Amino acid sequence: MNIIEVQNITKDYSNHRALDDVSINIPKGCIFGLLGPNGAGKTSLIRIINQITGPDSGHVLFDGQPLAPKHISRIGYLPEERGLYKKMKVGDQLLYLAQLKGLSQKEAMEKLKIWFIKFDIKTWWDKSVSDLSKGMQQKVQFVSTVLHEPDLIILDEPFSGFDPINANLIRDEILELKQKGSTIIFSTHRMETVEELCDNIALIHRAKKVLDGPKSVIKEQFKTNTFFVEYKGNLDGFENKYQLEKTSVLENDYLRTNIHLPSHISANELLTDLLPKIEIRGFGENIPSMSDIFMRAVNEVPEA
Amino acid sequence: MRNILLVIKREYMVRVKKKSFLIMTILAPVLFVGGYALVIWMAISSVDSKLVQVVDESGLFTNEFKDSESLKFSFVNSSIDSAKAHFTDSHANALVYIPKNVINSPKSVRIYAPKNVSMELKSDIEKVIEKQIENIKLSEAGITHKILEDSRVNVSSETISLSEEGEKTSSSGAATIIGGICAFLIYMSVFIYGTQVMRGVTEEKTSRIVEVIISSVKPYQLMMGKIIGVALVGLTQFVLWIFLTVSLTSAASAVLSSKMPKDSQQIQQEMGKMQKGMPASNMPGAGVDNPVAEVLGAVNSLNIPLIISCFLFYYLGGYLFYSALFGAVGAAVDNDADTQQFMLPITLPIIFSFIFAQLVLRDPDGNLAFWTSMIPFTSPIIMMVRIPFGVPAWQIALSMTLLVLGFMGTIWLASRIYRVGILMYGKKVTYKELAKWIFYKV
Repeated sequence: MNIIEVQNITKDYSNHRALDDVSINIPKGCIFGLLGPNGAGKTSLIRIINQITGPDSGHVLFDGQPLAPKHISRIGYLPEERGLYKKMKVGDQLLYLAQLKGLSQKEAMEKLKIWFIKFDIKTWWDKSVSDLSKGMQQKVQFVSTVLHEPDLIILDEPFSGFDPINANLIRDEILELKQKGSTIIFSTHRMETVEELCDNIALIHRAKKVLDGPKSVIKEQFKTNTFFVEYKGNLDGFENKYQLEKTSVLENDYLRTNIHLPSHISANELLTDLLPKIEIRGFGENIPSMSDIFMRAVNEVPEA
Repeated sequence: MRNILLVIKREYMVRVKKKSFLIMTILAPVLFVGGYALVIWMAISSVDSKLVQVVDESGLFTNEFKDSESLKFSFVNSSIDSAKAHFTDSHANALVYIPKNVINSPKSVRIYAPKNVSMELKSDIEKVIEKQIENIKLSEAGITHKILEDSRVNVSSETISLSEEGEKTSSSGAATIIGGICAFLIYMSVFIYGTQVMRGVTEEKTSRIVEVIISSVKPYQLMMGKIIGVALVGLTQFVLWIFLTVSLTSAASAVLSSKMPKDSQQIQQEMGKMQKGMPASNMPGAGVDNPVAEVLGAVNSLNIPLIISCFLFYYLGGYLFYSALFGAVGAAVDNDADTQQFMLPITLPIIFSFIFAQLVLRDPDGNLAFWTSMIPFTSPIIMMVRIPFGVPAWQIALSMTLLVLGFMGTIWLASRIYRVGILMYGKKVTYKELAKWIFYKV
């Protein structure tokens, strides 16, 4: 079951095309990474899902229904450019934003109490936003994004501006929200976050979707059937059967060589061949990192 | 709808809770009434009498200098030289010297004083001397006092407006004052509250909260909520001002009237009588000489309910018309400093209408008056100037309709610019660009 189905969306601005026939499915309950270089069209897509703008053609389904204003209260959105009313008190501000998302004042109050205790920010209620540090403001904004317990949470670069301790706090909150059944869309450039948190990804480049699906499947696709071996000795003669890639020298005379296997030869056979010849310290398959995949996918797209 | 109400509530509360709002609301009437009271108090208390010595060598003025509240005269029978010599000991404020041949050479009168004498004192003394010389010359020519009295007439014309309700007295003076005040109030509030809307929009834009807000509220709702919220702030301030001014004035006048000299109290009482409904023209003699009473009487002859309801309509209409445009400017730019270039085309018509208002006051039924009270850019101010003078119903209806269409137009236009502008950053916007935004599909 998908919470969001983006179907053939195209969006033009006066001098460029922001999205070109993009279709993406976002399964319920996953953490979804929306990736792409700057200016690829991620923000345009997020704004369409948030109903801030509309597509020129194509449509979006939310939980199986065409996206409509009534879905606003089920979405929480943390834009990349954070902002709060500077002169307004933290408590008043959060109450206001929660009520705009459809909570009654009483409900909002109760939920806010829980979050204020959880984040240990009880003393902030009567403070003006301009008196808080940037990191503190980010926390307040995070609370405003998730307070109404939305089914879909859209976070644009959620960790920018947090120190490692608070970033960890937010990360744990995100995982907890996922546990409770929320779907989370990350838009980010940070591949380590994607590596760590995302279940599914989509990559947008030059207004087009280049890649999407579960992270594990994509990694499988991008595997090159290359193995590494760390050893002492030499691999003379192997180049006839295998394709030897780069060799690097490690500490204590150990070497590390990447070996590409032709499709009909298994890893076991390679190991059997290797065992009598060299002293093996380590062996494994080269799994491409998200960062590798990102670079390759982006570079494969021809210049428009 | 719920969201618009939430936005209105926030915009209203944030502004009303500000210290500056409280200070302005309390200070303005206090300053106004206080300044006014100060002027009156000074006028009353400055009536410390001045002593003027007179050396009259001609002997013609013995009983002509009458003591008044502010001036006491004393005649000195010594020569001018000895009077001058004793002047410093006499505590007098001035010394008037009238030579023997004053009738033939009136310019030889001298006023001596330690400092320069006030214009008022000088002209008072001159008036007495001129009058006496005039009288003497007239009687020499054989014209008696009686003939003089009879020849004096006092002309004060009344304007009678002819309408279906029959003749009624009107006063162009009262209409001018009321029209002027209404025009000024609308002019001020369009400026003050229009720029508040603009500031509010740029604040949301520069603090970047706008993207969060419009993920919950439609841009149009946000803009309308802001406009209505600020309008309510303006209305609140008006009501408080009127309430405070009235209560302060009555308190102040209660204090002042106890200090007032007797005769001015009588005048007040008479004015009070006239205010209680007797048109000035019905009181032969009494009202005619008193222009203030005449105006007060005439105010009653104006159509007050019509003026008040028209004032509210044009106040609101003019505010909506212009604040939408101010809001659009706020959305188009990145910060307050950049607003200048777009402000001019909005402020010019407002300033022009205020200038036209002065001309229209002189000719409330002319061509200029008619056209400027129809065009929505100027009608809120100009029509309010004209209404106290009486305007045909069809003209009011047409002007109102045009204003409603006008503000619906500016709100539509503004919301088109607004929805694009609030998400546009770091771009120097031109008029050409703005025109394009209007036709963008979002």
